[in-house]
Amino acid sequence: MTILKNTARSIGFAALVAGMMTTTLANAADTIKVGILHSLSGTMAISETTLKDAMLMLIEEQNKKGGLLGQQLEAVVVDPASDWPLFAEKARELLDVHKVAAVFGNWTSVSRKSVLPVFAELNGILFYPVQYEGEESQRNVFYTGAAPNQQAIPAVDYLLANEEVERWVLAGTDYVYPRTTNKILEAYLKSKGVADEDIMINYTPFGHSDWQTIVSDIKAFGSEGKKTAVVSTINGDANVPFYKELGNQGISATDIPVVAFSVGEEELAGLDTEPLVGHLAAWNYFQSVDTEENATFIETWKAFTGDENRVTNDPMEAHYIGFNMWVKAVEKAGTTDVDTVIDEIVGVAVPNLSGGYSAMMPNHHITKPVLIGEIQADGQFEIVERTNGLVAGDAWSDYLPDSAKLISDWRKPLSCGNFNVETSTCGGKGS
Amino acid sequence: MQHLIRFLIALLIVPLLLTSVSAQTDPRSLINAMAVGNLKARAAQIEALAATGDAKAVPALQALSDGALYFRKSDKQVFIAQKSGKNFDLIDPLTAENIGTFPKGSVSKVKVNNSLRRLIRSVIGTLTLLSPDPQIRIAAAQTIFKTGDPESLEALDRALVQEKAPNVRSAMELARASVILKSDSTDADKIAAITLIQKGDGREGLPLLNEFAAQSDGAVAAAANKAIGEIEKTIALLDIGQTVWYGISLGSVLLLAAIGLAVTFGVMGVINMAHGEMVMLGAYTTYVVQEIIRTGYPGLFDYSLALALPLAFLVSGSCGFVMERTIIRFLYGRPLETLLATWGVSLILQQTIRTIFGSTNKEVGNPTWMSGAYELGGLTLTANRLWIVVFALFVFAALFVVLKKTGFGLQMRAVTQNRKMASSMGIRTPWVDALTFALGSGIAGIAGVALSQIANVSPNLGQNYIIDSFMVVVFGGVGNLWGTLIGALTLGVANKFLEPFAGAVLAKILILVFIILFIQKRPRGLFALKGRAVEA
Repeated sequence: MTILKNTARSIGFAALVAGMMTTTLANAADTIKVGILHSLSGTMAISETTLKDAMLMLIEEQNKKGGLLGQQLEAVVVDPASDWPLFAEKARELLDVHKVAAVFGNWTSVSRKSVLPVFAELNGILFYPVQYEGEESQRNVFYTGAAPNQQAIPAVDYLLANEEVERWVLAGTDYVYPRTTNKILEAYLKSKGVADEDIMINYTPFGHSDWQTIVSDIKAFGSEGKKTAVVSTINGDANVPFYKELGNQGISATDIPVVAFSVGEEELAGLDTEPLVGHLAAWNYFQSVDTEENATFIETWKAFTGDENRVTNDPMEAHYIGFNMWVKAVEKAGTTDVDTVIDEIVGVAVPNLSGGYSAMMPNHHITKPVLIGEIQADGQFEIVERTNGLVAGDAWSDYLPDSAKLISDWRKPLSCGNFNVETSTCGGKGS
Repeated sequence: MQHLIRFLIALLIVPLLLTSVSAQTDPRSLINAMAVGNLKARAAQIEALAATGDAKAVPALQALSDGALYFRKSDKQVFIAQKSGKNFDLIDPLTAENIGTFPKGSVSKVKVNNSLRRLIRSVIGTLTLLSPDPQIRIAAAQTIFKTGDPESLEALDRALVQEKAPNVRSAMELARASVILKSDSTDADKIAAITLIQKGDGREGLPLLNEFAAQSDGAVAAAANKAIGEIEKTIALLDIGQTVWYGISLGSVLLLAAIGLAVTFGVMGVINMAHGEMVMLGAYTTYVVQEIIRTGYPGLFDYSLALALPLAFLVSGSCGFVMERTIIRFLYGRPLETLLATWGVSLILQQTIRTIFGSTNKEVGNPTWMSGAYELGGLTLTANRLWIVVFALFVFAALFVVLKKTGFGLQMRAVTQNRKMASSMGIRTPWVDALTFALGSGIAGIAGVALSQIANVSPNLGQNYIIDSFMVVVFGGVGNLWGTLIGALTLGVANKFLEPFAGAVLAKILILVFIILFIQKRPRGLFALKGRAVEA
């Protein structure tokens, strides 16, 4: 059904969009172009439009500071319309036609997978700002969102330690991110001694809205006398009816807490959060982080959007970090040349918004703190736990037997994203 | 008695406390202690406060659990805070006296997390067992039943001695049974407790019994397992009822989404791809109505849906009217062009809404009478679903009456059955076409009001329902209202029976496969129209 809808959507939007959506925002001759590849229409517009705005803000701020290498930055915005193949076309357009120095974009894993060959072929740079399932490391891509060990694993650790959870419901939307994350989590939980019958895995279609059966199953699963928690990788729109049903069936956070990896401030904006108080989310950033950098960021954001009620979220911070890293690497290299920047950016550290520095690792992932927050009645999160120090993103999970033996290091001389330490060869899985 | 004396003493010393700092056992300084320390220290602070046995500590604990307990940064005094504009009104937690308004920056929240909330729930249970309000006493007993905190046994026994109300008594006895299972009482006592729990409240008691059975052995474990078996037998029966209910509920949502389409597509034969957007317009109308009520007349919030219904009908109906007059009337008899044109309209409407309201979800609140759940003989019926079932049936009945009993309905049927004849009898057929289309769209609009209660109000709302709507109408039989009703309910119930075995994803696929096969066999759906109308 999704396919049908998507095809339908793509035909219409492609027609509408093709001519008019390629907007260039400044037209000076001597500018450095930065591509923004986020859906502005279709299902993902709900999440991605915000990121486009965040990028425009960051570029504007940088230009106020005098631009980069003495030149102004110019944003090139394209609309891939939540249509995965169109992402590849639009990426090609950005690199080939507009000759952008770097691209910031994508949300869903499937859209990222669809642009990977384009970036490899045309040798571009992509900054990907969303938490994802890992199991990937590409020379041309920088992953500024969380890998599973920077979000899912610490969240489960928190539940194990603080809520003494013994039974686990892994509920997700049926696509690659939840499936891979749940595979990693299942392996991790079993390594912690959780029995098979204490893990329930459940997948639902995109945009699922009738949660009655599943919530009552969770309720029954939780009535075995062992503390139960739900680890939710439910994506996008399906969250609202899910939380509503939990509230209506009287499951409160003190009975069965839900920890979510895709629910942030933006998603809660469409929801009456009163019945959800105490449910959890794991991110690397919350709007409620109490630091000076964050206060400035929120203020700039509200001024930029002209809306007092706009919220900030984790992928926005990821773009903030990624953009500043790119700027710093370009300054260090003195050029926007792709190969030079890819070499220079490893090791670059810039301030993040939660009061520390994030550094680019040789595997093209970054170091971040992990925060666990509880939903509050005002739609914000209260931070109840944060990791000691920073966690380095791990491209290949240590809990999947196939991946545990892979490492990624893009520095010379190794220059490999999937080096097998057992056979000492580059290549194999994920190449 | 002891408790009473302590209570009186507390009453006497509270006024003194406000001026003097005294020993660590009075509630005020215990509450103030919560201004310092981390989450782990707070558990001890809560327990210390509970150990006073003083019911006056309850408001402070409740506020802490609700996240409304703040401390003043200047002197580390702890207060209950109420938002007033951008500032906070600080309220003394013991005397409930308002001590004035303070800016947001001068106070800081006392942090709390889930495990602390659980602790608070259990200590409040013990502290409020003697409350004068029977509802609070029942709530207290139910909390103890869930937590089974052995330390509340004494308080329970004390409360049971003086308790008169039978329903409170039985709640308390259940709570006592739960506590006994967790304490080191004799086996006989425990077996009695097991029987009591089994008889009392099966489903709620199951976690307790499971936990108990896992930890004990011998005769008590056998008794517990037997009770678990009995309860599970009852639950298995109830589950069938529950599944049927979920099916009806899903069916009613399908019915609501499809019923407008049954008019525009079923009766008029227009393939209206913008049908989902009419539903979306209805949902956004509800949002706008609620926003106006929220800012202007908060007291009317519970009536917001009643106000939104006629407005949504008008908004979507007039939108449908305009659509018919400007686009569709030129395309009658050309289904492919109609499909493309209406689909274009649907895209335009979506993007318009996205431009006006933004692409993020909008919050549409549930009125109080649509929140929570009803218990019916062990079945849980959530209020919003129940009302949607009632509403869907009501809309169906109303539409049925309009079509069969009114002059307009008669004209409508006449036009669809034989346009030329109707026209020659003096019926203004173009006018009837426009009004029929407006009626179908308007009904989609009021469906949007109901769906805004369970779905996301976003520009994509309509797309999630359009395919389901067509599925129902085609399955039920084009042009037949009864078919739409039976079709929606059948698909809903079938889906819900498949879901536990096949999972939500596969269940949906199976239903689609079933419909494809069914349409092969019966191309005109469940209830095919017979006679001349078919050929027309």
